Amino acid sequence: MREREAREYDVIVIGAGGAGLRAAIEAQTEGARTAVICKSLLGKAHTVMAEGGVAAALGTVYPEDNWEVHFRDTMRGGKMLNNWRMAQIHAQEAPERVLELEEWGALFDRTRDGRILQRDFGGHRYARLAHVGDRTGLEMIRILQHKAVAADIDVFMECTVVRLLKDGDRIAGALAYRRESGKFVEFRAPAVVLATGGIGKAYKVTSNSWEYTGDGHALGLWAGADLIDMECVQFHPTGMVWPPSVTGILVTEGVRGDGGILRNGSGERFMFHHISEMFRAETADTEEEADRWYTDRKAARRPPDLLPRDEVARAIVAEIKEGRGTQHGGVYLDIASRQDTDFITRRLPGMYHQFKELADVDITKEPMEVGPTCHYVMGGLKVDAQTAAATVPGLFAAGEVAAGMHGANRLGGNSLSDLLVFGRRAGRAAAEYARALGVRPEATSDQADEIARAALQPFEQRDGENPYALQQDLQDTMQELVGIIRTEDELRKALDRLAELKGRAGRVTAEGNRLYNPGWHLALDLRSLIAVSETIALAALERKESRGAQTREDYPQPDPEFAKVNIVVRMKDGEPYVDQAPLEPLPDELRAIVEAK
Amino acid sequence: MADTSTVTMRIWRGDATGGGFEEYEVEVSSGEVVLDVLHRVQATEAPDLAVRWNCKAGRCGSCSAEVDGMPRLTCMTRMSIFDPNEPITVAPMRTFPVVKDLVTDVSFNYEMAKRVPPFQPRPKPVDGYRMLQEDIERVQEFRTCIECFLCQNVCHVIRDHEENKPHFAGPRLFIRYAELEMHPLDTGDRRDLLQEQNGLGLCNITKCCSEVCPEGIHITDNAIIPLKERVVDRKYDPIAWLSRTIKARRSRRTT
Repeated sequence: MREREAREYDVIVIGAGGAGLRAAIEAQTEGARTAVICKSLLGKAHTVMAEGGVAAALGTVYPEDNWEVHFRDTMRGGKMLNNWRMAQIHAQEAPERVLELEEWGALFDRTRDGRILQRDFGGHRYARLAHVGDRTGLEMIRILQHKAVAADIDVFMECTVVRLLKDGDRIAGALAYRRESGKFVEFRAPAVVLATGGIGKAYKVTSNSWEYTGDGHALGLWAGADLIDMECVQFHPTGMVWPPSVTGILVTEGVRGDGGILRNGSGERFMFHHISEMFRAETADTEEEADRWYTDRKAARRPPDLLPRDEVARAIVAEIKEGRGTQHGGVYLDIASRQDTDFITRRLPGMYHQFKELADVDITKEPMEVGPTCHYVMGGLKVDAQTAAATVPGLFAAGEVAAGMHGANRLGGNSLSDLLVFGRRAGRAAAEYARALGVRPEATSDQADEIARAALQPFEQRDGENPYALQQDLQDTMQELVGIIRTEDELRKALDRLAELKGRAGRVTAEGNRLYNPGWHLALDLRSLIAVSETIALAALERKESRGAQTREDYPQPDPEFAKVNIVVRMKDGEPYVDQAPLEPLPDELRAIVEAK
Repeated sequence: MADTSTVTMRIWRGDATGGGFEEYEVEVSSGEVVLDVLHRVQATEAPDLAVRWNCKAGRCGSCSAEVDGMPRLTCMTRMSIFDPNEPITVAPMRTFPVVKDLVTDVSFNYEMAKRVPPFQPRPKPVDGYRMLQEDIERVQEFRTCIECFLCQNVCHVIRDHEENKPHFAGPRLFIRYAELEMHPLDTGDRRDLLQEQNGLGLCNITKCCSEVCPEGIHITDNAIIPLKERVVDRKYDPIAWLSRTIKARRSRRTT
């Protein structure tokens, strides 16, 4: 292992989605020698899948919109579990970050007077999402990709980080392997930005791609960082449900923002029966009022179809459970009867194409069948709001892998803006940290050797477990026992099964050689995936209440005591350990904003 | 649940040193796409089968391959379009060097992208940029590109002519240049670069690229031909140049 490739940087960014690229651009601009390491090719990260838009109170469509309203919507959507300082910074900085993308070449759809057009989305009081049809993420990633190329940032594509390296308490780099050759690369860097996205591949039905195996969550956890809010996993209310091979693929919330409505199997607009107390005052309670809202925002209240995602997902689950689902176990999402063909194909070209190609459904003529799909994790590394610094010196986190910004439930559109706002802050703070260091941390050389040896272990295991079968068992476990609705019994059962799966993961066999070997890659991804699944189950068990995405059948109400704490998971003696940490109290002036009508 | 049947998949297995087709009998359910079946081969018979993929929804452009000789995204190719009694052949894209099995080395495209001079916006007015929807629609069409590189793969200038690669950017990059040239805010001029170092002149508009584009971008009609016109305008057509100069002077006088 002596001749291992070694690279030295000031800042390494793991992940090349919106947060990673924005962080890298900032770090490089700040003068840090920066590299991006990503599991896929550049430009393929999960950000390309983001459809509806990027939330920012630009006020181009509704001049009465401002950061305070955006902050209020975000906090209420997150059921007040948010790190309020992050939510505030986010609401204040998002407009600048969106306009900056325009300066870098992004072309958002326009208003009649040539400004950035904004669309309605769930939980946002005003039309607030800057967008490009239903492919906003693609536009964002391409612009950031071009910017990163122009900034001459080194990009290590198809390269997966196995573990972070440390010198005492401090981060000293990372050990990765190149997927193509299977060879290891040792990155020596005092500052690491995790921007690895989420954990969706722990579930069977998910909108997430293969990459979403919780790598950053696990890397952080193993390096000693605190994870918070891991129980908060968002199930997007509208994923495809038919045919089986496309189950889980996302159907953008933009469909509802643009007038689409939900109906159950009998054609009833069921959302009117599922308006929770928190949103009753601001939600229409008749079809007539809801329909009027599209043309008259002042006199009518918002349709319940546009409630935050946790509310809509729970309502759909309830309808299906009570026997009012559709033939394929979903509900209908109908835009065909609400908008004309030209409007639909112009505003939602991706959705039109996706249903036509994959399901033989013409969404301009027929309703779509949809159901909840695992979409996003609000939980992740605990970070400082200003600097995105995690609880380990030299470690930073931005985007989905970081926690706090979205509390117990994220509003649609707040992710793309989160990536930009905190990606930039993480990149800047990482560069500053690296610059201010006296002596660079150095990992002992046997650390990397040890990690490499463990990573190659699946090649030595003969006749062991099949990684694909193991992943399927894991996904079944999480889907069945740690899904949308949870109980103590099921969570305990899940933890038992996860312990068993962890044992099996130690006996996985990789066939063939190290050259571009997906079986081996999955064997390694499974280690992260199982570790992260365990933190989700543990945290879900600890929070004995229902709040946002955490729904406990045995504790169906929110509990004011749990409103005051984050659930923390960290490693202790080689095992994940659960703790609670108090939330920072919301200052009075911000409380007034949140509680304003 | 869905109906199932069995098909024969002939999948190219090998690496840079060589390889050949191997047959797999695989179960297929209704509604499935080629990528689903490749994954089933991985899960059941060949765990080390190399396939590049990401979103499985036609949005990232990772899973390009040649299916029964046609360049396609395997995630958007329904199994139902094939005759179930005939074997279905899946091969890697031919224009790029094989890494392993269906995975090719597409770094050529990333190298060519590095040559593109970046966006150069005109100064921002105090109240921000204004652009009309109709003025950005053409560029938005180019931006739907998911970089699947199928257009590069079928382009006959490089498909069987390795020697052309160093000085031919290819259709994907031509729409990238077109996107910048037609951007309402951009002030750069990349025409000399396009013609002299990126081989725009080598394209003889056979439209193979447009035909395989999974996004339906009119690569030839809306990007390459207008770029060729702009280049010719400026470089070889003194009359066009003269008339434009006169027009520009007149408009300056009248404003």
